[in-house]
Amino acid sequence: MGTVLAQLEPIVAPAVDWAGLLPVLLPAAGALVLLMVRSLVPSRLLPVGLDALWTFAVVAAGFVAVVVLWQRDGEVTAFGDQLVMDGLALFTAAVVFGSVALAAPTLPRYCQRVGIDSAELCVLTLLAAAGAVVMAGAADLIVLFLGLETMSIAAYVMAALNLRRLESLEAGLKYFVLGAFSTAFLLYGIALVYGATGTTSLDGIAGYLDTFLVLRDGMLLAGLAMLLVGLGFKVAAVPFHAWAPDVYVGAPTPVTALMASAVKAAGFAALIRVFVDALGVRADDWQPVMFALACATLAVGSVLAAVQSDAKRILAYSSISHAGFILVGVQAASDSGVAAVLFYLAAYAVIAVGSFTVVAVLSGRADDRTGLAALAGLGNRRPALALGLTILLLAQAGVPFTSGFVAKFSVISAAVEARSYWLAIVAMVSAVVAAFAYLRVVVAMYFGDEGSDGSDGAEDSPAMGLGAAAVIVAAVLFTVVAGIVPGLLESLSSTAAGL
Amino acid sequence: MTAVASASFPAVLTVLVLVPAAGALVLLAMPRTRSDLLKPVTLLASVLPAALAVWLLTEFDAGAAGLFQFSDRYTWIEGLGVSWHVGVDGLSLFLVVMTALMFPLAIVGVDPEHSPKPYYAWLLILETGCLGTFVALDLIMFFVFFEIVLVPMYFLIGGWGHGRRAYAATKFFLFTMFGSALMLVAIVALAFLHASASGGGVSFDLVGIAENQVLATNTARWLFLAFALAFAVKVPLFPVHTWLPDAHTNAPTAGSVILAAVMLKLGTYGLVRFGLYLFPEASVYFAPLMVTLGVIGIIYGAIAAAMQRDLKRLVAYSSVAHLGFIVIGTFALNTEGLTGGVLQMVNHGVSTGALFLLVGMIYERRHTREISDLGGLQKPAPVMAAVFTVVMLSSVGLPGLNGFVGELLVLLGAFNAHRWWAVVAAAGVILAAVYLLWAYQRVFHGPASGANAEMPDMRWREGLVMVPFLAAIVFMGVYPKPVIDRVEPAVDAIIAHVEDNVAGFAEPAADVQPPVSLDDLDKPAGYDDHGTEGQSGSEDGGAGHGGDGG
Repeated sequence: MGTVLAQLEPIVAPAVDWAGLLPVLLPAAGALVLLMVRSLVPSRLLPVGLDALWTFAVVAAGFVAVVVLWQRDGEVTAFGDQLVMDGLALFTAAVVFGSVALAAPTLPRYCQRVGIDSAELCVLTLLAAAGAVVMAGAADLIVLFLGLETMSIAAYVMAALNLRRLESLEAGLKYFVLGAFSTAFLLYGIALVYGATGTTSLDGIAGYLDTFLVLRDGMLLAGLAMLLVGLGFKVAAVPFHAWAPDVYVGAPTPVTALMASAVKAAGFAALIRVFVDALGVRADDWQPVMFALACATLAVGSVLAAVQSDAKRILAYSSISHAGFILVGVQAASDSGVAAVLFYLAAYAVIAVGSFTVVAVLSGRADDRTGLAALAGLGNRRPALALGLTILLLAQAGVPFTSGFVAKFSVISAAVEARSYWLAIVAMVSAVVAAFAYLRVVVAMYFGDEGSDGSDGAEDSPAMGLGAAAVIVAAVLFTVVAGIVPGLLESLSSTAAGL
Repeated sequence: MTAVASASFPAVLTVLVLVPAAGALVLLAMPRTRSDLLKPVTLLASVLPAALAVWLLTEFDAGAAGLFQFSDRYTWIEGLGVSWHVGVDGLSLFLVVMTALMFPLAIVGVDPEHSPKPYYAWLLILETGCLGTFVALDLIMFFVFFEIVLVPMYFLIGGWGHGRRAYAATKFFLFTMFGSALMLVAIVALAFLHASASGGGVSFDLVGIAENQVLATNTARWLFLAFALAFAVKVPLFPVHTWLPDAHTNAPTAGSVILAAVMLKLGTYGLVRFGLYLFPEASVYFAPLMVTLGVIGIIYGAIAAAMQRDLKRLVAYSSVAHLGFIVIGTFALNTEGLTGGVLQMVNHGVSTGALFLLVGMIYERRHTREISDLGGLQKPAPVMAAVFTVVMLSSVGLPGLNGFVGELLVLLGAFNAHRWWAVVAAAGVILAAVYLLWAYQRVFHGPASGANAEMPDMRWREGLVMVPFLAAIVFMGVYPKPVIDRVEPAVDAIIAHVEDNVAGFAEPAADVQPPVSLDDLDKPAGYDDHGTEGQSGSEDGGAGHGGDGG
């Protein structure tokens, strides 16, 4: 036996820059440590907020790692160029960690109120974050698939975590079945692209397409379409959005916040990697499709948001319409488009987590009091909370002096620079339609009839707690400051996009 | 227009714009227990800009009114080429002054019915938005301020309004936002196309883009339309005016005052600064269309005003008519017309602001705005009746009061450019007299009965608030020269800019000439073309109007 082994050539492990992989390793290890501790140590010995605190600490450490790596020269690649920590990956990782850090402080009180085991939620959140970072840093379609599955499977379970609520279970099942279906598309797309180009490496694909003219490109185009379906599902682009409203509404609200921020950011990072970077040469082929997707996503998202009567559902549909805006940036297929997408992702992630946190605070014991009626008179009952939600909603509408405006402005700039005038016009018009949806929430909070549901609401909405308050304040501050002085965030996203 | 004069007091305009917003922040930070301090702080934050504006008025170099003065500039978003660039010239000077004076008057004149803290905070934010729009010399900065004014006004209408306030507020917000949505695309497209055509970096600098006309004719026309739509909604021009009666009628008094006096001018000012100046050729091309819409607005607004049973709605529709005059003056594209238009922007602000204050006083006392419920108010409230008379006559355009000067210049200019349109528009002056005098008669004359006979007259504070309005009305009517001296050089610069950049366009003969003169024969062919276009169009529209009347 020993002799047999000795005859083989020694396996040379590729050199791995472990420090460069900290953005992936930290959340993954953090999740495993938390899982072990919570499995071995009886719950009564542990303080209540430990899970959330640990999650926060892990992603904070991850954030620090990102900042340190950002300042290093040159990008980190690992595992034989399978994973790359370049500007795009680091920026996305920062968005993911920021989203989780903003979502975590709400968890202790929320879990206690709704009756969810916070340990499970936190472990899954960290795993999903690790998967998201892998996705953003994937330099190979297979690795991208690994990251996507890690993130998605964690997200499926998270959506179904509220066992007392039928909608939550339904959301989990729906998300899982449709998600598995879309994953099949993605895998098939990967296979076809591999068949057409002979490689799964993103750089390899780009190099192949750059060097060789693919004359009989049916297989490549089919693979491209399949990839678009698979990734379009993850970012909830119309017509692959059908799962999103129900899942967003059914999932526990902090989970919804993460799906709208971290999961979406990772999905778009993958979309950029695959389409703008690897398949950029064939932009002429996919741009028209992306154009149509963006238009449909914008129109459907905002129109359907405008006719909902449930705040959480409005936010769910508006998240679809925001995906449309981000697709406008992707469609530009340029560095400035990528920069605009990254800016938008960062701005929207904070806004989304902030908005959903307000909804979570008000959603009551069963996490289902999210109708507009439940918000009636909020302006009088809890003026600070109402003001916070108002600012976040106005930011979603793209009102100036909020990060939402700068985000929309930069996406529109990218589209106009790419001469996609009609897309820019469709985007702005649907922003007006979406604004109607946000105004309905504001009207309910400030100008609605008080008393009809006000007393009822006051009874059932518990104090929000310091964690949620801090999150909302932080989100509002970020939104306003990044709206008034967007220079720093803008230069970071430009650098990440390679501008 | 080319050069930019420097300021003696550094960043005076920046301070002017930001002081009210800072005041709003102070208000928000104030403890609940000190509600007695709310109004003083608000007043301070609005009187300070007023004082600065008056200082600007004295320091403004009338000889260089065609240049941007007191300007300063900072980089705002470097990566996107956006800068904070402010300055005033003769066009914006009086709008800035009027805005800065109107806010303290509206704050002193009317107390909110409830929740003073957010009310004052929104008013101050609104002031920052309005001032910022008038002084912005960067396209994105302009857009940002143009758009932000929606938010405070939305909350003022929705939170402190009457009747269907939520509906009116939402309608106002969405209409205006829709208009400006396309303008943002146009601004970005303009900057990118300009950069690629002129070979420079992307910049949103108004002067740089306007002075270097490099766009293809068709492109510029499309962009002009996108800009014009945004301004047409704001003005409002027929047929996108429908938000205005609802917003005005349901807004609280201070909201109506600011809406009429200041915010409608954002649209007309935009048409001059970002229409004529940025797109001279397209402005000439679309001038017949704009003048037609203006004339329709005049006649339609006047007829609709005459039909109203609600006094506030009547004043609201009168705004549609008056703003029509400003638009035809602007697109007469000659010195008289544009000077008259700019004067009318200020005049309408003063007159209609005062009218809304007076209507608000009546509503506060009688809790009704139905004209049929009022009557004979002259007897219990003689002072109010007298003030109302003066303000109303100024709005009608009585010689000796401010409205006359502006309307006369507008009609003169319009007559030179689009003769028959001016004739139709002049009928609007008569109609204004009809609806306003009729309304006055029904409200103030006749026997007073019931609650009408008991209505208290103006209080001292209310009287004091009206004094500046009356002073402005009389001063601008009797001695408009100081104002015209400052407006005209800027207007001349704009007209010269149009002439320089539009082949075959020349201003018609000087203002002292009779409208019909031998000079007409010497005009370049290009100009005559426009003249005939306008005239032939006028006959069509005139017939249409005749049909309406029947």
